[in-house]
Amino acid sequence: MIRVRKLVKRFGPKIVLRSMDFDVAAGEFVALLGPNGAGKTTFLRILASLSRPALGEVRIAGYRLPDQAAAVRRRLGVVSHQPLLYGDLTAMENLRFYGRMYAIDDMERRILDVLEMVGLANRRHDLVRTFSRGMQQRLAIGRAVLHDPEVMLFDEPHTGLDQDACAMLDNVLRAVAARGRTVVMTSHDLARAADLASRFDVLSRGKIVASVQRAEMETTNNLLAFYRQAVSEPEASRG
Amino acid sequence: MDEQLSVSVEVPRVGLRAQTANFLRAMWAVVWKDLAAEWRSRELLTGMLVFALLVILIFNFALELDAKARASVTSGVLWVTFAFAGTLGLNRSMAAEKDRGCLDGLLLAPVDRSAIYFGKAIGNLIFMLIVELVVLPVYSVLYNTNLFSPGLLLVILLGSVGYVAVGTLLSTMAVQARTRDILLPILLFPLVLPVLIAAVKASGGILQSVPWEEVQVWINLLVVYDVIFVSIAFMFFDYVVEE
Repeated sequence: MIRVRKLVKRFGPKIVLRSMDFDVAAGEFVALLGPNGAGKTTFLRILASLSRPALGEVRIAGYRLPDQAAAVRRRLGVVSHQPLLYGDLTAMENLRFYGRMYAIDDMERRILDVLEMVGLANRRHDLVRTFSRGMQQRLAIGRAVLHDPEVMLFDEPHTGLDQDACAMLDNVLRAVAARGRTVVMTSHDLARAADLASRFDVLSRGKIVASVQRAEMETTNNLLAFYRQAVSEPEASRG
Repeated sequence: MDEQLSVSVEVPRVGLRAQTANFLRAMWAVVWKDLAAEWRSRELLTGMLVFALLVILIFNFALELDAKARASVTSGVLWVTFAFAGTLGLNRSMAAEKDRGCLDGLLLAPVDRSAIYFGKAIGNLIFMLIVELVVLPVYSVLYNTNLFSPGLLLVILLGSVGYVAVGTLLSTMAVQARTRDILLPILLFPLVLPVLIAAVKASGGILQSVPWEEVQVWINLLVVYDVIFVSIAFMFFDYVVEE
């Protein structure tokens, strides 16, 4: 579903992604782990067609970026740590706006279904700026799944959420995965990643330095040990 | 929950008519969103209006002019007011997109990105025209000058289109920078100078009742600048918004 080959991204003289390869099969849930500054957000922004790679090939659902970006965007849902919602519009109006942008059929019914799903149906006429951080993130997920995308990208979606909101988010993530959607999620929270993902990739210094299937990880402690080893290896080899 | 996640999305049609319909739908969605948000907050229009009215008040007290001198400075005062108030509006309009990452939300939509540009530009134009419609009668009273002539209204419309066309593109660039508030006027005013000069000359000619042939030259220039600026913005918006 996602195929990345020899991806390079530079910001001026700084190279953020170094000839990176990455593959995700349809229906896989990949947790992309890595230290701060490893390039996780930059990588997701490239997949989301918000950032243009310097070199390399990116294909999503068979469509190539950046040439077929509109076709890719139609199949993508993105949740980041920012809600991408308008504070001066109500929850309903926000979803109606995005529904128009995605040309969704039977939009009003779909919006009500999504609001029901994220538990905000009774607040649908309230302005988003009156929502708590957790409610905004739930609505952000509603916005991202509104057009039922094949691929979901989550960039540290648990950031700033309380325990209840995290649990709610996890339920939505599981529901998305259960429907066979392909998911790539960056996270610093290894326990949550271990609970949700079917594969764990570690991105460090602009490359995937390690990858392991969930079946090979018995406990969260194993994942932590795997992660630490993966992150420290390049430094050790350089030293 | 599984059923709730199911939805049918219109399969994109490839015909020119369908593409145009998709383009217009997205463009009007952006315009509607900007108008609805402004109707709630009234932040942008209030700021622009208060600023514009203060500028013409200050000019009124600073320049104690006789009737003849007043006619010659009116076009300059008007366009300085519109330009400065317009910069405030452009900055605020794009800042609202940046605040909660909404610009990314717009760019993630599977639409031609120039539809987003035109939606934002039309929204900005509506805000600027509203401010101009309030400023004109106030100016007419303060300076004892009748500004409601069809020719002058046409020049104001054409000048505003050119100003907003280039302003919307540059505000999209400037909003990415930390110094966006000072960056926009620094980038905008040199580029928009041809529009402002043509608009001031055309407005001045109409207010001083010079022969129509002399005014028409400046109006033609305004039309040409509008077409050029809109075309440039249409071509480059996609590159400006992508990292």
